[in-house]
Amino acid sequence: MDKVKNAKKNNKTIVEKYHGEKSSLIAMLQDIQKEYNFLPKDTLNLLSEETEIPLSRIYEVSTYYNSFSLKPQGRYVVQVCAGTACHIKGAPKLLSRLENELNIECGETTENLMFTLKDVRCLGCCSLAPVIKVDDHIHAYLTEDEIQGILENYRK
Amino acid sequence: MDSLLTKMKEKGMKSLSPSKTKITVGMATCGIASGAELVYNALADEIEKQKLDIILSKTGCIGMCYREPLVDVIEPNRTRLTYSKVTPKNVIAILNQIAEGKSKDKKPYCRIDEEDLIINEEKIRYLTGALPDDIKAIPLMKEIDFYKKQVKIATRNCGFINPGNIDEYIARGGYFSLQKVLSNMEPVKVIEEVEGSGLRGRGGGGFSTGFKWRSCRNAPGEIKYVICNGDEGDPGAYMDRSIMEGDPHSVIEGMIIGAYAIGAHEGYIYVRDEYPLAVKALTLAISQAEEYGFLGKDIFNSGFSFDINISKGAGAFVCGESTALMASLEGKAGEPRAKYIHTIEHGLWDRPSNLNNVETWANVPVIISRGREWFSKIGYKKSTGTKVFSLVGNVKNIGLIEIPMGTTLKEIIYDIGGGIPKGKKFKAVQTGGPSGGCIPKELIDLPVDFDELTKVGSMMGSGGMIIMDETICMVDVARYFEEFLEGESCGKCVPCREGVRRMREILDDICKGNSKEGDVELLEDMSQAIIDGSLCALGGSAPNPVLSTIKYFRNEYNAHIREKKCPAGVCTEITRSD
Repeated sequence: MDKVKNAKKNNKTIVEKYHGEKSSLIAMLQDIQKEYNFLPKDTLNLLSEETEIPLSRIYEVSTYYNSFSLKPQGRYVVQVCAGTACHIKGAPKLLSRLENELNIECGETTENLMFTLKDVRCLGCCSLAPVIKVDDHIHAYLTEDEIQGILENYRK
Repeated sequence: MDSLLTKMKEKGMKSLSPSKTKITVGMATCGIASGAELVYNALADEIEKQKLDIILSKTGCIGMCYREPLVDVIEPNRTRLTYSKVTPKNVIAILNQIAEGKSKDKKPYCRIDEEDLIINEEKIRYLTGALPDDIKAIPLMKEIDFYKKQVKIATRNCGFINPGNIDEYIARGGYFSLQKVLSNMEPVKVIEEVEGSGLRGRGGGGFSTGFKWRSCRNAPGEIKYVICNGDEGDPGAYMDRSIMEGDPHSVIEGMIIGAYAIGAHEGYIYVRDEYPLAVKALTLAISQAEEYGFLGKDIFNSGFSFDINISKGAGAFVCGESTALMASLEGKAGEPRAKYIHTIEHGLWDRPSNLNNVETWANVPVIISRGREWFSKIGYKKSTGTKVFSLVGNVKNIGLIEIPMGTTLKEIIYDIGGGIPKGKKFKAVQTGGPSGGCIPKELIDLPVDFDELTKVGSMMGSGGMIIMDETICMVDVARYFEEFLEGESCGKCVPCREGVRRMREILDDICKGNSKEGDVELLEDMSQAIIDGSLCALGGSAPNPVLSTIKYFRNEYNAHIREKKCPAGVCTEITRSD
């Protein structure tokens, strides 16, 4: 029950921050995702009640944008840059090595909820290609062989 | 107000070139990723430890990404020195060199003795008096190959000011154009100036900015909006990020001027979710501008009021398209709509809205200050001014460059970029992101401007320029872009949703050796149907990467299809041809 209460309280704060403005739906969802690391179903139901935005609209927006996740994500989100500069400098190899190391496919989360693996369209760090981003940290000029070591550091 | 702005300028000058030694570290996203934060912290620790009387400051990206992390040392009356590829280990050497006045262990990469500010033709003199002998050998920044051909208008302050300090922006001529406009110019005059300068939209479309402003001004409706498109979605392009992070006030000043000209009182900056540092820099800059009275009510006692809100995207490439961006601003899924209803008349909330890209806005204060004549003399034919490109991929000097329109590909790749590394041969250059194409080496003398790029089957786009050497497979590049577009198609119209997916499948087959004779012709047919039938520019330009590679690299497609070989050796599922 506490969980529900907390969710209600959190949601209220978020909705109030944007004065319940329907146009701020994306910003509210971003705040919710920041809070929970994904968009929990109950929370979206509550959001719909509080803002009077139809649940269908909320789901339309949540599933439309790449940055939202309806499933719990790992503690660390590993983003492989799939920009053009990274692509021609070996990003596909980095991605397949990460898939092997983590034993999941791109877009999935490891069973222990440690890592989520994603590709991202371009991180705008083309001068450092190829790059991956783990949480807020960008790893530059990356080679396949460095991946294991990087993951180990986060596993610790 | 004039004296107030002048006072702020003086204050800013003291911060830019203080009476004691100052060290700046380039801390844009790319700088931080190359280790600038570690360098900054090491400097801070050592300055504290040695109790040195040195100011430590942060700045944006000056463009020399291939030499990051960058540290600048500005000592009173001495030449400004730039140290490159600095690691925390170099910190003590640099500080010792400042104390001893000599360079020995860590050699500076280049120096600036004096700088001409492009916005007001003022000079900033770093060096007064004679140049010490040991410094003479260090090249001037403007004379190194990377900078020789560059003209910095939109990126004039990046790497020179602390983006978090509005005074430093004012010290380099910032907000004087806004003052000029609000005190001396009728809105129509402002539009005439911008239209006369020939400025065209830097986001890719190349539409006349002044004409757009005029149409929006004349559109019926009381409430109008100006919007800044900071949804830099083209993979391989990061100039807008650099401007937003390194000089946010140039964008804000441009927007206030535009809003005044159009008659708008509310503005939005739409920034990609992937650029957290840009959001932070803009948020801070907006609050400072409000505090100084450049935003809000009755700006410069002119009676004109204007506010700016920031809106964060959520990861959708198509939101760079004007109608999709506005839908996203309204809190909806970012789906484009048919273009016969113009956003200039019916845009955000169905009201007249004027959307320009980050780089376009950053150009505006300089045009107001220097005038249309001056601006229109820079450039080539119908493309005036400069363009910022991100020169990346297989090229030696990777970085952000700002060059006059009409500079040739050859000058960009060889003179500025230093050529292709590892002794490899140049093969193609990709411009315009997923809407653009690949230009082959035979066209290396092509002057780069809006119209020339379109003529050869590519486009300007937002300014990504990805250099490719002989190890890159052009079929794979086409496949890559179609895969990108397949994922980013919003799915609203069939030609784009289904057509692009089908094209990607055929390209997949070609790369895997499952293709058959006639596939190239099929791709060409489908391309035409997608171009003709798509709702928005994403679909309408989606076939460009395929068509341009077929046009210039047909033999590679043939090798994949007929001989089941990938000449570049990229498509590993089929054998290598040599």
